[in-house]
Amino acid sequence: MEPFKKVKSIITPLDQVNVDTDQIVPKQFLKLVHKSGFGKFLFYNWRYDKNENIKSDFVLNDSKYDNSKILVTGDNFGCGSSREHAVWALLDYGFSVIIAPSFADIFFSNCFKNGFLPISLDQKIVEKLQQELDIIEVDLETQTIKTSSEEISFKIDPYKKKILLEGLDDIAQTLQFEDKISKFERESKVPSVL
Amino acid sequence: MGKTLFEKIWESHVVVEKQNGPSLIYIDRHLVHEVTSPQAFDGLRMNKRKVRRPDLTIATMDHNVPTNDRSLPILDQTSAVQIQTLEKNCKDFGIKLFDINSPNQGIVHVIGPQLGITLPGTTIVCGDSHTSTHGAFGALALGIGTSEVEHVLTSQTLWLEKPKSFEIKVEGKRKNPHAVTAKDIVLSIIKNIGTGGGTGTVIEYRGQGITDLSMEQRMTIEAGSRAGLIEPDEKAFDYLRGRQYTPKNYESLVDNWKEHLKTDSDAKFEKQFTLNINNIAPQVSWGTNPGMTCDVTESIPSPDEFSKGDPNQKKGAEKALEYMDLEPGTPITDIKIDRVFIGSCTNARLEDLIEASKVIKEQKISTNVKAMVVPGSQMVKKQAEELGIDKIFINANFEWREAGCSMCLGMNPDILSPGERCASTSNRNFEGRQGTGGRTHLVSPVMAAAAAIKGHFVDVRELDLS
Repeated sequence: MEPFKKVKSIITPLDQVNVDTDQIVPKQFLKLVHKSGFGKFLFYNWRYDKNENIKSDFVLNDSKYDNSKILVTGDNFGCGSSREHAVWALLDYGFSVIIAPSFADIFFSNCFKNGFLPISLDQKIVEKLQQELDIIEVDLETQTIKTSSEEISFKIDPYKKKILLEGLDDIAQTLQFEDKISKFERESKVPSVL
Repeated sequence: MGKTLFEKIWESHVVVEKQNGPSLIYIDRHLVHEVTSPQAFDGLRMNKRKVRRPDLTIATMDHNVPTNDRSLPILDQTSAVQIQTLEKNCKDFGIKLFDINSPNQGIVHVIGPQLGITLPGTTIVCGDSHTSTHGAFGALALGIGTSEVEHVLTSQTLWLEKPKSFEIKVEGKRKNPHAVTAKDIVLSIIKNIGTGGGTGTVIEYRGQGITDLSMEQRMTIEAGSRAGLIEPDEKAFDYLRGRQYTPKNYESLVDNWKEHLKTDSDAKFEKQFTLNINNIAPQVSWGTNPGMTCDVTESIPSPDEFSKGDPNQKKGAEKALEYMDLEPGTPITDIKIDRVFIGSCTNARLEDLIEASKVIKEQKISTNVKAMVVPGSQMVKKQAEELGIDKIFINANFEWREAGCSMCLGMNPDILSPGERCASTSNRNFEGRQGTGGRTHLVSPVMAAAAAIKGHFVDVRELDLS
């Protein structure tokens, strides 16, 4: 995984609550067996109509957001299906940070496995950020977001921060505890399935 | 202070505990399916890693399998590749697979309990958000993403933040348990706590309204939390007794579970909600998340009524009504439907099919409706056929299919056409979930069967369900 670096970009406002993973990547695109190339399917049914024409009123189809790396959206983002394809699509499309008042649990943990930073902030701050037109800077090291007018700090679990900043392989970290896992297995009374 | 059932299961599975951070939790059962696993196996290959405990890992194909004749080749090439990929991965890594022709094939969350793989007090994961279903047996069952699937395959563990404990007490007794079902209880709960109301929590469902339910009914309860749990009782122990993979020392396990798997009387939950079900009505969802639900006797609410002053919820409701092509004030029973889907991990078990067949009796479905039953597993299908239930559906002009997830998520050919309206026993009504442009109303199996007959929603309490 690539180490997470400072991100400077304008924000893309997606002013909706309860955005589910079926909207982020519709099911017809889940049949691929690799992680790459999902960006073109991101918000597919909101970006294109049934004849595959571009829907001009959807925010991602506004060319001014083409190079945006920061999505700012509503409460309970990523609810529903566990599909990690949602994170792969956001990343492949070009986003590396997502800011919302809250995230669904599985989506939230999927983000960290892919070097993608979810930041949860107070509803009012998120609403204000959605209005921000200038470039903002997200600095994970200092846990701050700098806008043209203010500096906002955010919280993150120290272990997750380290994984992102150093681009660590989560599994390799875990396997350092091999002796503890083996000990647990020796003492556990859980029967095998077969 | 006493402990909750969740805390007891959690504590007995901690491998590594850190201060102010996630804990490394041991996983007792890992269920694998074709859609969320290929990239995980790829990761193992790339890093030359093995599956640590093939004996705790079980795979099946359910999400994109066709539900028509199994002797025919799979026409969708990308689906076929995904299915072949799972076959190859299971072979290469030594994992037991119930493939498309196995009598044990079915939706992972149906076959787990049916085969005695799901056990009380265990931790269970699957790359699927409906995994919480297994909590009906007092297992801590979590839906996970593909990276976590890879993590569990390699290490049989997961780093998890300890969720908050949430008690949902279901009090009272349903007046007509054949018409007002577990589905109506759970939709009522979600309607009250909201679609995100369970986020970050493990819910323990308690009270007479829950203990009264049969095991198959309990497996209907799913509400967007990290996991859901029900304290296991005799009904749970009986259900698992004598199944194909039930452990040999089962009775001694049961003795242990009876002693330990319960929430202490002085335990404290961090969050609490109570629902009284004495007077609840059958539920019908009208919007694009499960929280957008009302009684069958009600009318479509206006965005103002629904949002109770929250501008974001109001906007969500406006968008939902536009997508669903519904006007506020329309009585639910005036809504005509085009399709009926009886299926999914929540509502395609034998009991669901029996109950739905009692609504149908010898009637035919409305000429304007296309309807299908997709049993949750091949075993459910066989049991239903032995009881002659398939004939009731087929005579009514339902299609009687092979097992799979089918139109719950429409990854196989079973999808809605744009604009079609469906009464569905599945558990997600998101935009386009059952097919791009399709409109989903979540209901119980009996409500779905009644809607199929009448061509519109009806209050099943008014029907003879003897």
